[in-house]
Amino acid sequence: MTAADDAAELAPAQVAGPVLSVRQVDAYHAMAVVAPRIARGFRPGQFVAVAVGGPDTSMLLRRAFSIHDVRADHGGTVEFVFAARGPGTRWLADRRPRDVIDITGPLGRPFPLPRDCVSCLLIGGGYGSAPLFPLAGKLRARGCPVDFLLGAASADRVFGSLTARRTGRSATITTEDGSLGVRGMVTDALARVIHESRTDVIYACGPMPMLRAVTGFADRYEIPVFASVEESMACGIGVCMTCVLPVTGDDGVTRMVRSCVDGPVFRGQAVRWDDVGTIPFDALGAPGWRPPEPADPPQAQPDAQDGRRHAG
Amino acid sequence: MPADLRTKLGHVDLPNPILTASGCAGAGRELSRFTDVAKLGAVVTKSIMLAPRAGRPTPRMAETPSGMLNSIGLQGPGIDAFLQRDLPWLLTRGARAVVSIAGSSAGEYAELARRLSDAPGVTAIEVNISCPNVEDRGTVFACDPAAAASVIEEVRANTRYDIPVFAKLSPDVTDIVAIARSCVAAGADGLSLINTLLGMAIDTATMRPVLAGLTGGLSGPAIRPIAVRCIWQVKQALPDVPIIGMGGVRTGRDAFELILAGAAMVSVGTVIFHDPGACDRILRELGDELARSGLERLTDAIGLAQQSADAVRLGARPRMGSRD
Ligand SMILES: Cc1cc2nc3c(=O)[nH]c(=O)nc-3n(C[C@H](O)[C@H](O)[C@H](O)COP(=O)(O)OP(=O)(O)OC[C@H]3O[C@@H](n4cnc5c(N)ncnc54)[C@H](O)[C@@H]3O)c2cc1C
Ligand SMILES: Cc1cc2nc3c(=O)[nH]c(=O)nc-3n(C[C@H](O)[C@H](O)[C@H](O)COP(=O)(O)O)c2cc1C
Ligand code: FES
Repeated sequence: MTAADDAAELAPAQVAGPVLSVRQVDAYHAMAVVAPRIARGFRPGQFVAVAVGGPDTSMLLRRAFSIHDVRADHGGTVEFVFAARGPGTRWLADRRPRDVIDITGPLGRPFPLPRDCVSCLLIGGGYGSAPLFPLAGKLRARGCPVDFLLGAASADRVFGSLTARRTGRSATITTEDGSLGVRGMVTDALARVIHESRTDVIYACGPMPMLRAVTGFADRYEIPVFASVEESMACGIGVCMTCVLPVTGDDGVTRMVRSCVDGPVFRGQAVRWDDVGTIPFDALGAPGWRPPEPADPPQAQPDAQDGRRHAG
Repeated sequence: MPADLRTKLGHVDLPNPILTASGCAGAGRELSRFTDVAKLGAVVTKSIMLAPRAGRPTPRMAETPSGMLNSIGLQGPGIDAFLQRDLPWLLTRGARAVVSIAGSSAGEYAELARRLSDAPGVTAIEVNISCPNVEDRGTVFACDPAAAASVIEEVRANTRYDIPVFAKLSPDVTDIVAIARSCVAAGADGLSLINTLLGMAIDTATMRPVLAGLTGGLSGPAIRPIAVRCIWQVKQALPDVPIIGMGGVRTGRDAFELILAGAAMVSVGTVIFHDPGACDRILRELGDELARSGLERLTDAIGLAQQSADAVRLGARPRMGSRD
């Protein structure tokens, strides 16, 4: 993974951008917005945070969406894909071209890219596949073979299966109802895909249980996983501390880290998946946690002292 | 002519009255990508404690009508890391730093005050007393006049004389004026109001509380009228004590409203999450509001609504506290 990628981090921007297009794609909406300052700095895995409800909205919190595509037209556009579920995403789905929306980005840390030519498996659950396509583009440009494994509850919730089939070296689709591809979950197909594609590294984005299962599985094969997590976010820019999860650092210490600025992409093996939603007892600053004391000098045993004295 | 926005934080001069609210701007670094932190009146940091703290489990937030609930649980790096990394960063950027402190005993607050007094560049200390007192069965300092006073006394006694100490009050009390008086008597140079109100949300789909911590603090425009009322009451009782007002400020008009009620400075909190450029915008809009109102100086507007109200009543005592 190249350090240069991290160093090149560009400051995110807040942009009032006109909507270029809103398309219905199966169960999802794809919205493209003219936002040159966001498009320019974008690297795959980063996300945008969109204000919803208009200027006097009662919905104060921005909605986070992975960036699916950036294009050079109109000076730079970004596209994201979303499911209309609650009031904010429903409002967004009703926007029309030329409506102006307030959007911040590119936010968060991107997927790290391999230095060498390695076999990459890209795993997406539901709309989680959206950020994988620009990543696939970058990987292919470096000569890395790219395999896709996409899954969802049903065929209309698998995002991008056609693109995956067209552009991937291989593409495996799973649906829980069997309406497309293999019946089951991505983890059911994982072993076969890893063997057939001789996977060196996994990139995954989707629901937390999927990320946890994929990481657990990849661990057995000692394949590194880069997972893009989805935690509730109030600010998306690192100032509020709502979006934290327990991650173990290179120093072996577990910290509650912010997924908006330290993520959303983490080394899967560093995330303590079983403890997400809790404060692990050994996390830095957990209740009862004590700063490591400077090691006490070993208590000298009286007889040992005697021995020393005699020896001296 | 643009209005003169200068104001006073105790005896310290500020170029303008717009501050960040504690816990809504980290220690300034992240926000600086969207707002020039040096241009703000000051950055009020996330409440800092003695030791690093992991906070409460997630989910830590819920969106509510024109507001949100949070139960962060004061996650933070502890005073050592703050002094090593965060404070110097703010100072090199040319920002004024108001450091918010929190503790679980009066002694912890005192220790924090000592540590900050030894560090260069602290503009003021804001004492977040909305914390449970471990030495008194977890009752919140801010809810008891004597407990609040004991903390402020310790902090004032251990803070360098030229650093103003502001006590941050909770609106979750029957008589906020009593707490305010007791903090001022204990040595507070000013007051910050208001902190969040305790609230709760239940997810009707899962039939369980939304927040892992069950309850959380309510903030945002939904609480603005409560902030206006608290500032009004305290300003009336203690007209000479400077107030940092906060609670749901979204626009320059909202900031002006808090100033007219009696605030000399205004902190912007939750709205930063909606609009990371909010502080700059609100400062601009506040200038416009003042110009429109014909006031030349911000200081002329502080508590102005009280004087007009008194004039209308011809000296009659306003009946505060009544809801009719
Ligand atoms: C880094 C990241 C990337 C994401 N990428 C996508 C994407 O590409 N496509 C997509 O459809 N969704 C994505 N999500 C989830 C998306 O943010 C939520 O679905 C959306 O915020 C829900 O808003 P609402 O108005 O429909 O729901 P409401 O229930 O009204 O939302 C209320 C509050 O809860 C938050 N919230 C609710 N559900 C989620 C959730 N699942 N994750 C995070 N916050 C939530 C909202 O932001 C809002 O503040 C992503 C989330 C994160 C954190
Ligand atoms: C996420 C969040 C974290 C907060 N953390 C603190 C804190 O650490 N210390 C403190 O004194 N107040 C804290 N507050 C309260 C705010 O500083 C402010 O008093 C309150 O939110 C009302 O202002 P607002 O409506 O503009 O947000 C926090 C508020 C929010 C929303
Ligand atoms: S969402 Fe606010 S810190 Fe991550």
